[in-house]
Amino acid sequence: MGGGVAKKIVCRCEDVTIDDILEAIERGARDLETLKRMLRIGMGPCQGSHCIPIAASILARKLGVPVEEVLPPGYRPPLTPTPIKYFLKGGGESDQG
Amino acid sequence: MEIDYRIYEHPIIRFKRGRRVRFYFEGRVVEAYEGESVLAALYAIGVRVFTWSKKLGRPRGAFCMIGKCSSCFAVVDGVPNRRICIEPVREGIRVERQRGLAEIPRVEDVEPVETVNIETDLLVVGGGPAGLKAALTAADQGMDVVLVDSHYRLGGQLVKQTHKFFGSKEYFGGKRGFQVAEELSKKVLEHPRIRVYRSSEAYGFFDNKVVGVAVKYPKPLNLVVKADAVIASTGAMEKGLLFENNDLPGVMGAGGAQTLMNEYGVRPGDKALVVGAGNVGLIVAYQLLQAGVKVEALVEIMPRIGGWFVHAAKLRRYGVPILTRHTIVKAIGENRVEAAVITRVDENYRPIGGSEKKLDVDLVLISIGLTPDTRFFSQAGAVLKWIPELGGFTPIRTRYLETSIENIYVAGDASGIEEATTAFIEGEIAALSAAIKLGYGSKEAVERREKLLSYLWDEYRLSPVVSRARAGKLKATVSEEEMMLIRGKKFGGV
Repeated sequence: MGGGVAKKIVCRCEDVTIDDILEAIERGARDLETLKRMLRIGMGPCQGSHCIPIAASILARKLGVPVEEVLPPGYRPPLTPTPIKYFLKGGGESDQG
Repeated sequence: MEIDYRIYEHPIIRFKRGRRVRFYFEGRVVEAYEGESVLAALYAIGVRVFTWSKKLGRPRGAFCMIGKCSSCFAVVDGVPNRRICIEPVREGIRVERQRGLAEIPRVEDVEPVETVNIETDLLVVGGGPAGLKAALTAADQGMDVVLVDSHYRLGGQLVKQTHKFFGSKEYFGGKRGFQVAEELSKKVLEHPRIRVYRSSEAYGFFDNKVVGVAVKYPKPLNLVVKADAVIASTGAMEKGLLFENNDLPGVMGAGGAQTLMNEYGVRPGDKALVVGAGNVGLIVAYQLLQAGVKVEALVEIMPRIGGWFVHAAKLRRYGVPILTRHTIVKAIGENRVEAAVITRVDENYRPIGGSEKKLDVDLVLISIGLTPDTRFFSQAGAVLKWIPELGGFTPIRTRYLETSIENIYVAGDASGIEEATTAFIEGEIAALSAAIKLGYGSKEAVERREKLLSYLWDEYRLSPVVSRARAGKLKATVSEEEMMLIRGKKFGGV
């Protein structure tokens, strides 16, 4: 039980902290796409709706660029947790293929 | 005495509770009222932890309350990853809190869901103010409309707005948000040309221009929608703030608290700290008082209050301290907030050592602004731009609100944070534009759109109080010619 150690959480879905982000930038991450691949930010169930804006601001500050220059990462479906049972049956006769 | 956080007396809202419903929570029977979410019903009896995070096992509680984050994931009737803030209570369902990653279900336990292909002229994703208005406008132009929303109740964030709208009668001036939500929802549900799917989430936009929608209730359905146009009015999400234990149950978005107290009539806590003294922070603090919550303080990192003087004055009359040049540094507690530490900051917004103060609170509300929910647009491949005045990333669009993906429109907070009135107007502009482009719009539709555009840009947004949002919207808007160029370039996915 209990949260234990005090942490500043950037991404709740993947339990990524501010220290994780700073360390990844230290190790060479220069864009959100790389941060995403290193830390899984934006890949959890909320698809980055919480963490990406925070990560973008940190990245911009660390790199000394305006945050406007930070590009969003790519996204893939499903956009929301969807049970596998929704995809087990094919598309029916009018499937667009 | 049994714990009961439900509000029975409120100066503005009369909570109409439905019939009694019983469900099981980790083996115990919980009594709730029809119309409540599972989370609201559990919150009312004092449950504060709803999930434990997947890597660090940290306790998490109510946070966004609108089906967007992952802090209330529970297992409902054996199905994990259910956001119980948008899960309606139903007789006899079994709810267990989720501990980390769920197990992958075994094939023999899975009943495949039927896939149904449907066609429509317009798909509207999100039934808040922009989406409802868009659906009605398009349907009145003769288009067949499908509207999907992840909640089981339409209205988006209008359902928790208890203040009266300013402005003209046409845009519901004098009415309260939840009343407008009821009115518009009823019209949409009764309109013969609009098909509504609630508790339904758009999970992706695919190559052949179809949108996949997972319908959860009443019957699970994989709805594959082929639409000539899509208006995505997906709303916004609370911005996060970094401080120690910012994920502890009891740390909540201001909007989350509004959902609990104004939509469900459940008191979000006993003693609160509100972080951020913009209009939302000030209004929420006042609504907390109305709900019977003591507001210990409102902190604002800037030297001045961001919101309107009238709202701040109201709070001061109730003796609520508004501390400028202050911020939160830490939430304290084992499984829920038991206290919060605030500090004074210097002119560079750095904490001043020795100025910390511990407040005895069980609720920390973050109201530092919203950020557009752009998941749908990102995945569809629309070009986004970071615009600070609009709260973060948002799709670039023409003045007719069409994005860089032809026939996909944006309206409401997803197009940059403003408020309900502009969401109604944008919803209408987007719908008229889709109708005109696809050959439905009458001559009147073209005239109406021009009238709305000129009202929006040359009147409404000229008010000095919204000048920042106007500047942001200008930055996000490109000419038809520029959009053609942008569409011509290949912005391959990464």
